[in-house]
Amino acid sequence: MTPSTDSRNTSAKEWVVEDVAAGTFRIDRTTLIDEAVFEREMASVFGRCWLYVGHESEIPKPGDFKARDVGNRPLIFWHGHDGAKRVLYNSCRHRGALVCRIPEGNARGMSCFYHAWTYNSTGALNGVPGDEGYGEHFDRAAMGLLSPPKVDNYRGFYFVCFDPGAVGLKTYLAGAADYIDLVADQADDLEVVPGAHEYSMDANWKLFVENSLDGYHLLPLHKTYFTYLEEREGNTLDRDDTTEALDLGNGHAVICVHGPWARPVARWTPALGEHNRPQVEAKYQELVERYGSERAQMIGLTDRNLLVFPNLIINDIMGVVIRTITPTAAGHTKIHQWSLATAGEDPDLRARRLDSYIAFQGPAGLATPDDLEACEACQAGLRTAPDVTWSDISRGMHREHAGQPSMASDELQMRAFWRRWQSLLD
Amino acid sequence: MIPTGLTSATIGHATPSDAVRVRDTTVISAVCQFLYDEAALLDEWRLDEWLSLFHPDAVYLIPTPEDLSNDPATTLHLVHDSMNTLAGRVDRLKSKHAHAESPRSRTRRHITNVRVWQSPDGLETRSVFQVTRVRGGVVDRYVGVYEHLLVSTTDSDVPWLIKRRRVALDHSIESAGGQLSVLL
Repeated sequence: MTPSTDSRNTSAKEWVVEDVAAGTFRIDRTTLIDEAVFEREMASVFGRCWLYVGHESEIPKPGDFKARDVGNRPLIFWHGHDGAKRVLYNSCRHRGALVCRIPEGNARGMSCFYHAWTYNSTGALNGVPGDEGYGEHFDRAAMGLLSPPKVDNYRGFYFVCFDPGAVGLKTYLAGAADYIDLVADQADDLEVVPGAHEYSMDANWKLFVENSLDGYHLLPLHKTYFTYLEEREGNTLDRDDTTEALDLGNGHAVICVHGPWARPVARWTPALGEHNRPQVEAKYQELVERYGSERAQMIGLTDRNLLVFPNLIINDIMGVVIRTITPTAAGHTKIHQWSLATAGEDPDLRARRLDSYIAFQGPAGLATPDDLEACEACQAGLRTAPDVTWSDISRGMHREHAGQPSMASDELQMRAFWRRWQSLLD
Repeated sequence: MIPTGLTSATIGHATPSDAVRVRDTTVISAVCQFLYDEAALLDEWRLDEWLSLFHPDAVYLIPTPEDLSNDPATTLHLVHDSMNTLAGRVDRLKSKHAHAESPRSRTRRHITNVRVWQSPDGLETRSVFQVTRVRGGVVDRYVGVYEHLLVSTTDSDVPWLIKRRRVALDHSIESAGGQLSVLL
């Protein structure tokens, strides 16, 4: 759809409509297909929220860097030789060229290839060829690579925020911080495994955020994956599993289930190998001794899909997956994901962790392609938006508003997302 | 994550180590025919017949195009299948519930620049491929190098079984199909 004056000025209250008495929660489908809405989102959501950049373990040594696109801005996540980890805009102060043109590496400094302005690993400008061509007012100290207005980390997860007036990261994370703790408390030292999954879909980013938190779709959509688990790995889904969905505040949400798959921390199944059984069980005992049985159960035996609004998903299921979901247009989305693992874990367990992850969640896995197909089928169907106006997100509302616990197959978690989205767009 | 326009410095080296180049055109020609036949089975979705070309201990690997690592035990891959996993993948693809491939893609594999080495483990082949995939009116292209380790067999209709099949892509799938629901 072409941008219309209407959707530039429409109140988002007209797009997200909740009627508790009628038991309806409806989304105007314009919000998923209109480029003018996308432009508003880039300013009001991605321009104002804290966005995930990377994990501290990805740049362990001085000089280590990763080039990252965050909120469609090119950034450098760089471990300076002064010991500080920084996030810098990847754009030369002279004319704007990318200073870093490779995705990762280790460098004491970076030189812009255009006019050879050189920056060191703290971002400071330390070389300008022919600087006699600049007068006395040229302030080299003020011409280093700039940093976004806010950069902070929580338990090693680095975020940036492009809004100087935003609240601090810990305040922003609200109840999601406790769920990041459940991941961070798995081991004394966690590391992102080398390699990333990069994929994309021709669908709106919000559809994949919903999909990432959607317990309702698992059985109908992923029948082939559960058949695989049952026939090839001997694991059967417990259809009477106790699940929950929680609104964590500020648009963050989580669903908790207990899947049939193996968890390296710490639910052994035959897929992890008989010889690894003692160490996985010992790991669980260690969690019990350290945190008590209730918390150990939450850390080691519960599978969780966490949304940190707007676009970070941390799936702690068959291994921990960090996923970012970034729109490039109303109808196109890039997805990047990494595996977070216990540093120094047994090599065989590491190998099995990776295999278990890529069989399910990778872009060539047995499940993720179907998720993308579902989102793309939605996007194609949403061309009817001028006539078929509303999407329904009411599942479990009767439970939510009666104060009863919500289940993973409810849609409380999507409602939490959409309420926050609506408040930011207005 | 590769920001728009950035290119990984990593370039894969396809030449196998510890191997002697095979110059015998009879062998090379037979290897080519084997690769073409294998490609035809995939393009025609004769997946059980394709699966029967594999050795019971075979692995099927697709590293992530950005790092082209050789080690699926330490580096995230797109695919690392044992025969158990690969058979499960084939089962899935044959199901009408493999929604990303229902209806199925049409693929055409072009295989060229075939080179063959004799290694202690068997015949190592390297070939350049281009796979076109057509689905929903969209044409996607995948480009890279196939690496096959072929071992002799006596009890089969084919001269070799595939012991290792690695697909080294030259590009991110982010820009080719978005995901990888077909067998490459």
